[in-house]
Amino acid sequence: MTQRTCLVVDDSLVVRKAARRIIEGFGFAVREAKDGQEALDACRAQLPDGVLLDWNMPVMDGITFLRAARAEFGPDHPRIVLCTTEAEIARIIEALSAGAQEYVMKPFDADIIRDKFTQVGLLEEVA
Amino acid sequence: MTPDSFNFLAGLVKVRSGIVLTADKGYMLETRLGTMLRREGIAGLDALALRLRAPRSEALAAEMVEALTTNESSFFRDGKPFEHLKKLLPKLAAARPPGQAIRIWSAACSSGQEAYSIAITAVGLGAALAGRRVEIVGTDLSQEMLQRAREGVYTQFEVQRGLPVQMLVKHFRQEGTRWQVAPELRAMVCWQAFNLLDDPRGLGRFDVVFCRNVLIYFDAPTKSRVLAALASLVAADGVVYLGGAETVLGLTDRLVPTPGERGVYEAARPAARTG
Repeated sequence: MTQRTCLVVDDSLVVRKAARRIIEGFGFAVREAKDGQEALDACRAQLPDGVLLDWNMPVMDGITFLRAARAEFGPDHPRIVLCTTEAEIARIIEALSAGAQEYVMKPFDADIIRDKFTQVGLLEEVA
Repeated sequence: MTPDSFNFLAGLVKVRSGIVLTADKGYMLETRLGTMLRREGIAGLDALALRLRAPRSEALAAEMVEALTTNESSFFRDGKPFEHLKKLLPKLAAARPPGQAIRIWSAACSSGQEAYSIAITAVGLGAALAGRRVEIVGTDLSQEMLQRAREGVYTQFEVQRGLPVQMLVKHFRQEGTRWQVAPELRAMVCWQAFNLLDDPRGLGRFDVVFCRNVLIYFDAPTKSRVLAALASLVAADGVVYLGGAETVLGLTDRLVPTPGERGVYEAARPAARTG
């Protein structure tokens, strides 16, 4: 099986590094982007299997990226998991209706990322 | 802590909960009982043992056992049993006489995630249950855990473990950074204090029993006794779910593994039983 790929999108270097460490631990090849525009460029260069996506970022925010990605790449691929301090239920519903498959409310840890990646089919269920 | 204190405390825990604390679990006493010792103004575990040897220490003993009960839990823990339940419930619904509820027991329910995961699974089946009522009984040794389970309020961290966000949005109400299970799901579960060492017949008969990751804390004779009791109250076409690391082998012949499934057991047919 070819190695799965994930794009981590967050304007915080600290969060990107933490997420990268966790997701690489699951066996993914990880790329990083610091805003929605960089993420869109990265997707055009090579579409990843999954995107871990912050909401509030300069240049282009997460929800704008999400809508653009769904319009350009379709509803199922890549799998997009929001990862944000935005924890209002209205925000969650907004992201889901814009085409996100899952939603992580920060702070997160490896267990939460593993659960969410499993639910969207990026990771196999551990027996 | 002196070995004498450890043996005394471990003995008390064994009698009251069935949980076997081996000598390597000394660290567990230290970490789990710290809060309680500070609250009670007790200097340490030796002092605790001394207090518990004295008369009228009933409440303190109960509190200690509660604090030591393992409470790790997440929604849809281990996934597989709930997938199995999803296939099983429509069959049970079709097999029962009209008006009879399907009864499901979440034994050692801890803070309630398992019972609510069962409720979410049942509600999700909708029309496939043909209007059949599902009644869930959650039991635990710990009053504190039962209270938490009854309230159904979980932290942001807890609702992100095992629970798909679609289900969170659908079945929970947000209150600041906490999330409460919706009233219609809470109404499906009744909560009751129960010790697995006691006779469970008072709880009635069940179509499905979840008893996962509890037996691992018991010694073999206790495991055998609990398994036999579960077998006696589960319906002939029902199942018992055990934890992934648990087995009935060498413990009881009254439950047998469901072929092709892991962690799923059914009552042995009389003809298949030996001895």
